[in-house]
Amino acid sequence: MPFKGADSSNREIMTQNQSLFFQKFGITPNDLQRYLGEALSAGGEYADLYFEYLTSTAISVDEGIVKSASQGISAGCGVRVLSGERTGYAYTDDLAPEKILRAARTAALIARGPGQQPIEGFKHAEAHRLYQVSSPSADADIAAKLELVMRADRVARAYDSRIVQVRGGYADELRQILVVGSDGTFASDVQPMARFSVICIAKNDKNTAKGQAGGGGRVGLEFFQAEKTPEYFAQDAARQAIIQLDAREAPAGEMEVVLGPGWPGILLHEAIGHGLEADFNRKGTSAFTGLIGKRVASDKCTVVDNGTLPSRRGSINVDDEGAPTQNTVLIEKGILKAYLSDKLSSKLMGLPDTGNGRRESYEHIPMPRMTNTYMLAGEDAPEDIIRSVKRGVYAVNFGGGQVDITNGKFVFSASEAYMIENGKVTAPLKNCSLIGNGPDALTKVSMVGNDLQLDEGVGTCGKDGQSVPVGVGIPTLKLDKMTVGGTAS
Amino acid sequence: MPANTEILSSADIDLRELAADVVARAIKGGATAADAVVRDGAEFSTVVRMGEVETLKEAGSRGIGLRVFAGKRAASTYSSDFSRDGLERLIRGALDLVKITSEDPCAGLPQLSELGSLPGDLKLYHEDVYSLPPEQRIEYARRAEKASFDSDPRIKNSEGGAFDASAGRKVLANSLGFLGDYQRSYCSILSAPIAQDENGAMQRDYWYSAARSLARLEMPEAVGREAARRTVRRLGARKVPSAKVPIVFDRTVAASVLGNIFDAACGDLIYRQSSFLAGRLGEKIAGDHVTIIDDGAMPGGFGTTPFDGEGVPRRKTIVVENGTLKSYLLNTYTARKLGLSTTGNAARGLAGNPGISEGNFFLQPGNHSPQQIIAGVKRGLFVTEFLGMGVNLVTGDFSRGASGLWIEDGELTFPVEEVTVAGNLKDMLNNISEIGSDLEFRSSTACPTLRIDGMTLAGE
Repeated sequence: MPFKGADSSNREIMTQNQSLFFQKFGITPNDLQRYLGEALSAGGEYADLYFEYLTSTAISVDEGIVKSASQGISAGCGVRVLSGERTGYAYTDDLAPEKILRAARTAALIARGPGQQPIEGFKHAEAHRLYQVSSPSADADIAAKLELVMRADRVARAYDSRIVQVRGGYADELRQILVVGSDGTFASDVQPMARFSVICIAKNDKNTAKGQAGGGGRVGLEFFQAEKTPEYFAQDAARQAIIQLDAREAPAGEMEVVLGPGWPGILLHEAIGHGLEADFNRKGTSAFTGLIGKRVASDKCTVVDNGTLPSRRGSINVDDEGAPTQNTVLIEKGILKAYLSDKLSSKLMGLPDTGNGRRESYEHIPMPRMTNTYMLAGEDAPEDIIRSVKRGVYAVNFGGGQVDITNGKFVFSASEAYMIENGKVTAPLKNCSLIGNGPDALTKVSMVGNDLQLDEGVGTCGKDGQSVPVGVGIPTLKLDKMTVGGTAS
Repeated sequence: MPANTEILSSADIDLRELAADVVARAIKGGATAADAVVRDGAEFSTVVRMGEVETLKEAGSRGIGLRVFAGKRAASTYSSDFSRDGLERLIRGALDLVKITSEDPCAGLPQLSELGSLPGDLKLYHEDVYSLPPEQRIEYARRAEKASFDSDPRIKNSEGGAFDASAGRKVLANSLGFLGDYQRSYCSILSAPIAQDENGAMQRDYWYSAARSLARLEMPEAVGREAARRTVRRLGARKVPSAKVPIVFDRTVAASVLGNIFDAACGDLIYRQSSFLAGRLGEKIAGDHVTIIDDGAMPGGFGTTPFDGEGVPRRKTIVVENGTLKSYLLNTYTARKLGLSTTGNAARGLAGNPGISEGNFFLQPGNHSPQQIIAGVKRGLFVTEFLGMGVNLVTGDFSRGASGLWIEDGELTFPVEEVTVAGNLKDMLNNISEIGSDLEFRSSTACPTLRIDGMTLAGE
């Protein structure tokens, strides 16, 4: 990886983190034991505390000027108590001892029974070191961030005279967390995140169109100076906007679909990822319930959820329950292998905890969530895949998607797609949704490219009103049949 | 000494005083203008699944956001830390940050003459939302779920019954002397059952009731039964062949389409030429029978507040009148960009510049019941749920996953799934051929049942 010497600086951040909650807020290990004791006072089986201190910055350049800059801090503590399948939860944004104790008492009431005691002493978990940043973007000079966005603005405008509006943005955050559990869990992490975005509007005498690009991850400012530069994102957004000016109506109905590498991996996230989250399967509400060991994809498909990739948006050293993240094989050569689990579901289902317990913030109850979900590369050359299609759609960029866990139906909406006619990529298409059925969509994968790519780092996943950053990826893929939601017959 | 000994609990703080004080200190520190917003809220939620409590959550939270101006430059900061140090950092941070933003001729607070607050009781806060003891709140959730199970033997599983209650206070102060606050309450009951057919195939759906007062909430049994009815009717759903057929949108999904129209009429998309409605003010954009209104002053409404996020009174704005686009929805900034006046639609979160939000946004009802509208369709689709967000507001292109019921000779027949409905919002507005009489506010955006012609259904 490109950033040298990352390890030592990372360790330094880790030490700073522990001191943040202990020094700034005066919390001691004894306090933590006391809070956990209070949380178990009505007989819960397990309790944990999630301390969070989050600083965020966002700047935006619109019409060539810096219109908005904001910075903020949010801090708090969430207390969770588990009793069988029950969860009690309370939080406070005030870290004074009496407030945390009150939250602990509130959460405790989920249980009914004699008080329990937490295990004496904490076990520090050995964590990954995935964020190879020399210093977090959040600490960098804001003028330097601004310069990057201004550069993107200039580049996008210079790309083509038909680009009439450009909006560029840079947002970063530094999330410091401390998770302690009544089973001795003790984990802390300092999670950097940075994201660059560019939106362009192009206009000609007939049409107006939009192009959008962005990316980032758990990276420092240097990532945007050296690796994925403002030019890279600005040109891509401008290119898409210009192409969309000439888009024609997308076809309607079932046909062959080729997905380009990278972000179109949102297919996996919607078609199978959510359906494999353990909570849905524990409750029997997922279309994938009971399908472990069964074929859910063609034998060309091997899909993993990997929270341990360095610097990726969906990566974390430990999950929000203090467990180290893992590389979990979900589908191996088409056969369903595993669910994504958190503490509660792994305990109730007797499955391993895969380190997928995540939450949006201290105000939220953790649940099984994806990290980086992607398909391993196959053997087909991307050109051969395109060449094999007589009439179909080649989709390379997407807006978002959604899935109905229970009946398995999912959609994802293409923002850049082309017709394939007689083995050649032809006209650009207007935005259209693709719709399919999760448990059998991947059985129609007939070709898998040798060009695996992960997305640029823009994904945010929503579940039960909670947003968490995620990553996706695929090599170029061909699905023999999928419904394309256009308007042309 | 740890800093937390200085943290005051919200009960100890007069939030109005705090907001005004932060503004005054920002001005003293060199800002030429400023406004501050303070939020304080409490939430309770419970989910009962398969008759047992699954989650119980209770908490309170608060936050403060400060926006400062240095002439025509703006910047903002926010925090959940109300300690002396925290507030000092908030103010100093904003004053530092404003040095790096640009001069923007349109930036600034509203005119003094535009500021104000609607008089009278807007019926936004009802103490009864918090009057139920926890056991009874859990009972509400349990009853909603049980009613779903009791309504039909094919309801075999559930995502649960839920009861939520919340109350919050919002204070806004600015350096022109505006100081206002309001309290709002909210409660809801929901049931989300799962039905299973003889082949094991499952379908889920849900229903809910929401209100600002417990007294106005539907009974849990009614919610649970309706949830079951909506769920069971989806069993055996299938794909249908692609076709251009009339689409009837149930009012829940019609409200989602209307939400797209709201977004497209917002000033920020208009001045950025990012909406298909840009430059169309005064033009005919829909049929004569289409009138769309935003009313932020409606007593008890889900979108009602006495003033908007900038201290401008909420009001009634006719957006589309008999098919003609009459007004955009604006805050101070977007109004200045477009040479217009604010419509009192500023939205203010804690962070960043104000955005735009609806008051109570609705399409005026017509004369026909949903049954009459369906009866008038020979072959078509009655859409009851959307999947995905496939709408491009720049072009108006619309393509969303859908499920619902097939209409044959004016009757609802079998359930349909895994199809898309697609068209363009410009055409869809012009092709609204029927408007239902069944307008009902279940949230701040509401729409009666709509029939829209000329759309493409994609399936097999």
